[in-house]
This record gives sequence, structure tokens and C-alpha cells, in this order.
Amino acid sequence: MKVILRNPRREVELEGVRRVAEVFRRLELVPESYLVIKSGELVTSDEPVSDEDVLELRPVISGG
Amino acid sequence: MKCRVCRGKAVIAVRRHNANFCRSHFLEHVRRQVERTIDDYKMFGSDDRLVLGVSGGKDSLALWDILTGLGYRVDGVYLHLGIGEYSSESLTLSQRFALTRNLRLEVVDLTVEYGFAVPEAAAASHRTPCSACGLSKRYSLNKVAAERGYDVLVMGHNLDDEAATLFSNVLGWNVEYLGRQHPVLPSTEDGLCKKVKPLIRVAERETAAYAILAGIDYEVEECPMAAGNTINRYKEWLNRLEEQSPGIKANFLFGFLERGSPLFEVSDDIALRICSNCGQPTTGDVCAFCRLQQVTISRRQDG
Repeated sequence: MKVILRNPRREVELEGVRRVAEVFRRLELVPESYLVIKSGELVTSDEPVSDEDVLELRPVISGG
Repeated sequence: MKCRVCRGKAVIAVRRHNANFCRSHFLEHVRRQVERTIDDYKMFGSDDRLVLGVSGGKDSLALWDILTGLGYRVDGVYLHLGIGEYSSESLTLSQRFALTRNLRLEVVDLTVEYGFAVPEAAAASHRTPCSACGLSKRYSLNKVAAERGYDVLVMGHNLDDEAATLFSNVLGWNVEYLGRQHPVLPSTEDGLCKKVKPLIRVAERETAAYAILAGIDYEVEECPMAAGNTINRYKEWLNRLEEQSPGIKANFLFGFLERGSPLFEVSDDIALRICSNCGQPTTGDVCAFCRLQQVTISRRQDG
């Protein structure tokens, strides 16, 4: 699976992940600081995912 | 996960409310939170002339969408900070939002109006960029609101912004700032416009979700000058706590507003004066913004 991260923009490849929640555990990120977009739609932490998916982890923290 | 209201597929979980929502019920939930905040704090009524500080980010554009959806007439004011491509892009997004919804947006360019931009001012004054930016925003947005005769200046600060600011002020025991941290700051006779923050019940993650679900094209990239700043670090730490204890950010902020804030109330004895340079309200002889402008321009002239 391809995971797109921002600030700075980068891509990470993960294999064998079954649910969105596991992406956060693998990447050691705090779910409260992100939204997850799959195929243009917001998805929750229990969303099933496969190796073919592209997920965007959209950071929500902004300054100012 | 299923929507709490209709049992359809949920697109977001709001753990502190122990609730999941589908798209349409989430949008409705956020609008209701804002409506309740406006009523509870008596922020404004339908007859008031409102102006919103617009940055092109998720919070201000989501709030503009929510307020106009609730039937309020709200104009916007955008402050061009002179931060390279980031400023140009956020201006374009703000203008596009206003244009497609037939809303009025006034643009104030810091460089044109005052002769300097945020990066140069931060370097010249040895302030952090966020401090120079915050001061410039507070000054210019208030000036526009007061001079154009608006009744209320509306700001898009969300729950996380307020909780992180409170956290910062508690860590430093900045009692004067604690006394002024309130979702409604009244107008004063010497030129401060009434200022309100209707998004304080909506977490940052929820304003971002609102913007995405409402189809709002907002500035996703972080300001290049704000990367790694202190408030953003505090937000990240508060989010770690929130993961373990959903609702802790809201309890921290609203517990303070209900029970802590009265203990820090600023006495009315602190009379505001008029800045000898620009005529805006200040506690000193020359206001902090004019001092920032003067030091920036004089450093430039010194080469």
C-alpha cells in the first residue's frame, strides 16, 4: 500500500496492513492529528485496506 | 462504523462525543456546535455587521461556509503576509471561495499598506515569525473592522488552537494573557472591535473534516515559517493525551472558561491609550505594531 504524507510531502510503502488503525501503529503517528482519505473519501480507523490501496494521511494541525 | 443518527456508513469518529457520523450528519453536527456557541456566549445576532478574518486555511473557510449557511451575512478580510508562494496560494483559494459564493472579501497587503512583510519583520525584530504574524493580524484585522464600521470581528480559532494557547499560557503562568483568553472580547470606546471565536467547540480535526466533506478547497500545506513552532508542538502533545483520554482537550479549555478564567480577570483599571503614531489603542505610548514596523524599516535602512 502507498501512504502519502504531507509537510513535507513524501510517500511510504507498507505491506500486509488490514485496517487503517494499523497504519498509524506502524508509522507511530497519532491518529488525532490526521484524517485519512482513501479514493477521495474520508474513512474511519476500522476501514479495511489492502496492498493495492493508496491512502492520504492529511495532517490537521496548522499554525497561526 | 455506523452513523449515530442514520446508521449509514460513518466517515468520521468523534471520540469525545462517543459518536460516529456519515457526511451529512457530521456537517449538521458541526453547524449545531457553532450555532450553540454563538448563542451560549451571545456572540452576535442577525442584525450585526460581521467581518471574518480569512486566511485560506480550513478553519476560516469552514467557518465562513457555516455562518453563511446559518443565514448570517459575513464579509471577509484577508491579510497578505508576504510569505512567498504560500501567501499567493492562500490568497487565490480565499478569493475563489468568495467569488464562487458571491461573498465580499477585502484584501489588505501588509507590504503595500505598511511597507514590510512578515519574514523581514521577524528577522529585524528578533521575534519568531508566528509572533510577528500574530501581532500583524491582530492589528490589521481590528483596524479594518473598526474603520469599516463592523460590529463584530469573527475569528476562526478552533478548540485545539485555544487549548494549545491555554496550555502555553499555563506553562509560563502568563496571568495577563490568561485573563484575556475568552471566546468573546468586548469592544472598547478607544477602538477595539468586539472579537469572537465561534469555532471553539470544534476540534481542528473536525474543521478539516468539515472543509473536506463540504467540498471546500483550502490551503493544505503548512505555513513554511510555522513548521515546528511551539504551539504546533503543544497541539501534538495534547493530541497524544486526547488519544488516551478522549475529551481531555475540551475539558481543559471549557473547565478553564467556566471555573479558571474568572480568577484571572483583568482589572478595568488598565486604561488603553491612543498610539502616538497610528491612533490605534495601546497600553503604551507607541503600539507594538508600530514599533515592529519602525524597527523593520530602520534595520533595512541601516543595510
